This record gives sequence, C-alpha cells and structure tokens, in this order.
Amino acid sequence: MNTDFEPVIGLEVHVQLNTKTKIFCGCSTKFGLLPNTSICPVCLGYPGVLPVMNEEVVRSAVKVCLMMDFMINTYSRMDRKNYFYPDLPKGYQISQFDNPIGVKGKLSIDTDEGKKEIGITRIHIEEDAGKLIHGDGVSYVDFNRTGVPLLEIVSEPDIRSSKEAYLYLKKLKQILEYTKISDCNMEEGSLRCDANVSIRPKGQAQFGTKTEIKNLNSFKFVQKALDYEIERQMNVLKEGGTISQETRLFDSGTGKTKTMRSKEEAHDYHYFPEPDLLPIMVSEGMIKEATFSLPEKPDDKCARFEKQYGLPAYDASVLTADPSTADYYEECAKFCSNYKMISNWMMGEWLRELNERSVSAVDSPVLAKDLAGLLNMIENGKISGKIAKEIFPEMVKTGKTAEQIVQEKGLTVISDTGAIETMIKEVLGKNEKSVQDYKNGKKGVLGFLIGQVMKASKGKADPKKVNELMEKILS
Amino acid sequence: MSDSKQIVNHVEKLALLEISPEEKDRFSEQIGKILKFVEKLNELDTTKIKPTSHILPVQNVTRRDSPVPSISRENVIKLAPEANNEFYIVPPVIQEFQEA
Ligand SMILES: [Zn+2]
Repeated sequence: MNTDFEPVIGLEVHVQLNTKTKIFCGCSTKFGLLPNTSICPVCLGYPGVLPVMNEEVVRSAVKVCLMMDFMINTYSRMDRKNYFYPDLPKGYQISQFDNPIGVKGKLSIDTDEGKKEIGITRIHIEEDAGKLIHGDGVSYVDFNRTGVPLLEIVSEPDIRSSKEAYLYLKKLKQILEYTKISDCNMEEGSLRCDANVSIRPKGQAQFGTKTEIKNLNSFKFVQKALDYEIERQMNVLKEGGTISQETRLFDSGTGKTKTMRSKEEAHDYHYFPEPDLLPIMVSEGMIKEATFSLPEKPDDKCARFEKQYGLPAYDASVLTADPSTADYYEECAKFCSNYKMISNWMMGEWLRELNERSVSAVDSPVLAKDLAGLLNMIENGKISGKIAKEIFPEMVKTGKTAEQIVQEKGLTVISDTGAIETMIKEVLGKNEKSVQDYKNGKKGVLGFLIGQVMKASKGKADPKKVNELMEKILS
Repeated sequence: MSDSKQIVNHVEKLALLEISPEEKDRFSEQIGKILKFVEKLNELDTTKIKPTSHILPVQNVTRRDSPVPSISRENVIKLAPEANNEFYIVPPVIQEFQEA
C-alpha cells in the first residue's frame, strides 16, 4: 500500500433477527419454506391492513444496544422510505429515519497495534424486502422474506484498513452471536454487509469522495473488495483523475468492483413518519428487563477465562470466540481440573473434528463430560496421551465413552513395575552400544532408549514409570 | 421551467410513471395550487410547537411473537398481473454494469 494515502472505511451491516414471526404480521420467518407460502395481506402491503410491531423485535434491539454501549432513544419511531423495486410490494420500506432506536454505540477490535475503538453511528429497526430470482427474460419474486425483521448497524468512518474492517465484522458477529438474537449465517443472508470507502492524503482531515460497495457475502469478500477498491481509487488519483460518488458491486469471481449504472435522483426516498405504527418509547423497565437477560460480553468472558482457568490470552480468545465453544469448555472444566489440557485438546483434536464436520460446539459429536472423562484418564495415568489421541476419533465415531473403549480394546496403560522392567531389560539387551554410550556420558541416548521401550509396549507403558525405572537400572 | 412543472417531472421519474404532456400541464397547475395553500400554512408561527406525527398519547402497541397461519399461495398469487404456480413474475431486473 502506498503510504501517502490512507483509506477511510465505514460499514453498514444488516442483521436478520431470529424471531419466529415477521416484524408486523404473524407470518413465519422460517428459512427455506416453499416460495410465497409465508405471506399475508399485511406483509404484501394490501390496502387497509394494519401492521403491528412484534414485541420481540424491540426487545432484541434493546439488548443489542446494551451490548454495544448505544445511547437508547427513549422516543423512537418508524418511518416510510419510499422507492420502487419489484421486491418491495408496498412501494415503501418501513424503517427508521431520524429517530432510530439507538445512537453512538461502540465496539473495540484487537489490531496489531493494540485495542482500537470503532464508533457506531446508529442502529435502527427495519423490515427486509423479498427475494428476486432472475430467469430467462423475466424475474421471479418470492415474498417470504418480505417483512422479516432486520437491524441495520452503521459504523462511523473510523476504520482505516481492510484488515480492521474484517476485525470489526468478526467482533460484531461475535457480539450478536452472544446476544443470541440472530443466526448470523452469511450463506443464508442473515448477516449482510455494505462498505463505504474513500481515500485521502495522510494527515488531511477532510474525507475524500466515497464509493459504496454492495454484494459482500462473506467477511473475506469484504476484505478483498476493499483491497481492490482502495487500490483502484489510489490509481485514479495518481493519474490525476477524480473519484465519482457511486455504488459499486463486488464480483467475487474476478475479485473486482464494478460500477452499478446509477439512476439519477435515485436517492430521494421522501421519508415520512409511518402513520400506521405508534412510537416506541423504551422505558427504564424495558431496559432493566433486557439487562437481566444479557449474556456476559465476549471480552469479559475472555478476560475471565484467563484469570479463572489460568489460560494464556491466545487460548482464552479462541475458546470464547463463540458462545457455544465457551460453554463447552466450561462444561469440561466442571469435570476435569487440568484446564490447560482441556484447552489444548479443544483447540487441537476437538476443533479439527468439528471443522471436518462443519458443525458448531452445540453439535459436538463428543459430549463435554466425555471429553473430560478421556482427559481424566490421561491425568490419572490410566492411558498415555498417545493412546488418548487414538481413542478420541473412536469416541467421535461411536459415541462411546473413553472408559468403554479402553476396556473393550484393552488399552489400559501398563504401569506394573515388573512388566516394565522386563521390557526395559529386553531393550537394553538389544542396544548394548547405546547403553555403553550412556555410561560414557552421552546422556542424550536416554530418550532413544525410552522411545524403544514405548514402542515395544505399543505405547501402552506409563512413560513416567519407564523414565523412572530406566534411570534406576542404568545407574 | 416552473417549480411545479419540475416537481411533476421529478415525481414521474421517482414513481416510474409515464405522464402525457397534457396531463403534465394539468398536474402542474394543481400542484401549484397545493403549494400555494401550504405556503399559506407556513405563515403560522410553529417555532414553539413540537413536530407531531401522532396526536393520541398511545405508544408501544406490540404483538406477541407467535406465528399465525399465512394465506394460501394459490389464492393470493392469482391476483397478480402475472405469476406461475410458485412465483410472481415481473419484468427482468438485471444489475447493469459498466466496466470501469
Ligand atoms: Zn405476513
């Protein structure tokens, strides 16, 4: 990146709430229903219908406000945003304009230079539009998604690189997942992102002309699209050109952004207060109620994991990345007191199994208490770590406990002194030269000899005991 | 061009309408009258009055988040100007690009 310029980035994120019904009617919000089967006169905008606000939408919005330190407006109101598009049956979207539910929120991200706070301008409640499917010479409309509740979260232009944008989105998603108000599933469109980006000479206070990038379906795409767009704007400026304010679409196939042919006068929405809906007055009582049901914030949980379980910062951040992984860890920790070993196993074998199956911790094929059981067997010297690594995939496959598998396969550690001594003597007999080396002061061969014993026992000998006895016999 | 004529042209575009020149003349005259009336209202000093969007002291009218059956697709979709068994059909909507 050219150091003479710095990018200025703001992100707009749409989050689909996981309510059972739509925002203003009782139609189901279930994903994947047959097209146009979750519709009614209200969400289709027939004349004479009366939309009524879903109480859960307000509750969810207040919770998110509290999780991100928003100032909650005690008076907020729904407005009509007027425009024509075939996915919008009413000819207007019910949204919030000058009285959004919350303003001035913030969240902090961990950059290479330390913690950085990103301001959030506003958060407002609105309804989703339908879905267009493009066919041969016509377009098809599915109105199932029409009226599904959304929160739009608009950041301040505080973001200075594509990496920071990525970190902001990751953090935002983490908080929303903790709050449990959305599925946050980008593939199903329950989390969507648009980016505003401009560049300016370093040290200049004034912003450059910005472009808006749409069609960003994954966090990786956001980062790629921003990288491309920053580079493009820099080249335009270097060649003496000017940036035109426009909307651009990201093409994930080429990794480029392209101009969307913009209609002049497109942004004239004639906002006005929605006459069919009454104001939302968030009371002290509502805030109190929401506060009671708030989860521990991800940053707080991460700090607590470090302290309570004595984990390194890295472990704590991986284990608290999403709430179900954190819950799983704490469940394990109830049964096994070697907290670092739980962490190692979860970040290693366990996470690998989950990723292979692309499931989250809630659907872990091994119960937390059973993973703890396996680790306790290592702790108590019943099995070696190596054997445990063989047992774990069996647990995943069969759903059996470690205890069961060990018994069935006779995998218990050999810790019988006599048996181990016999094995050691056998190994020493076969490796007289190494024994001689050891006696001549080459202590390094000890590791080799112990390895040989472990191999002879097929990994079943208790390594601590082998170590102990070997040194005794050799001395 | 007069103010009201400009408004008619603007709304024509926004609302995706096609208005004939005769209609435009008629609408501009009507809108002109409406604007004059609003100007009359503007004479009233409202600096001390809070903007009002609802006159009744009622707020927070909400409903429970419990699903109710939707209506049958066959019955609604047949009201559309064009549809098949599953979807409403509209003129093609394609995102147009310019290579740049
Ligand atoms: Zn409905």
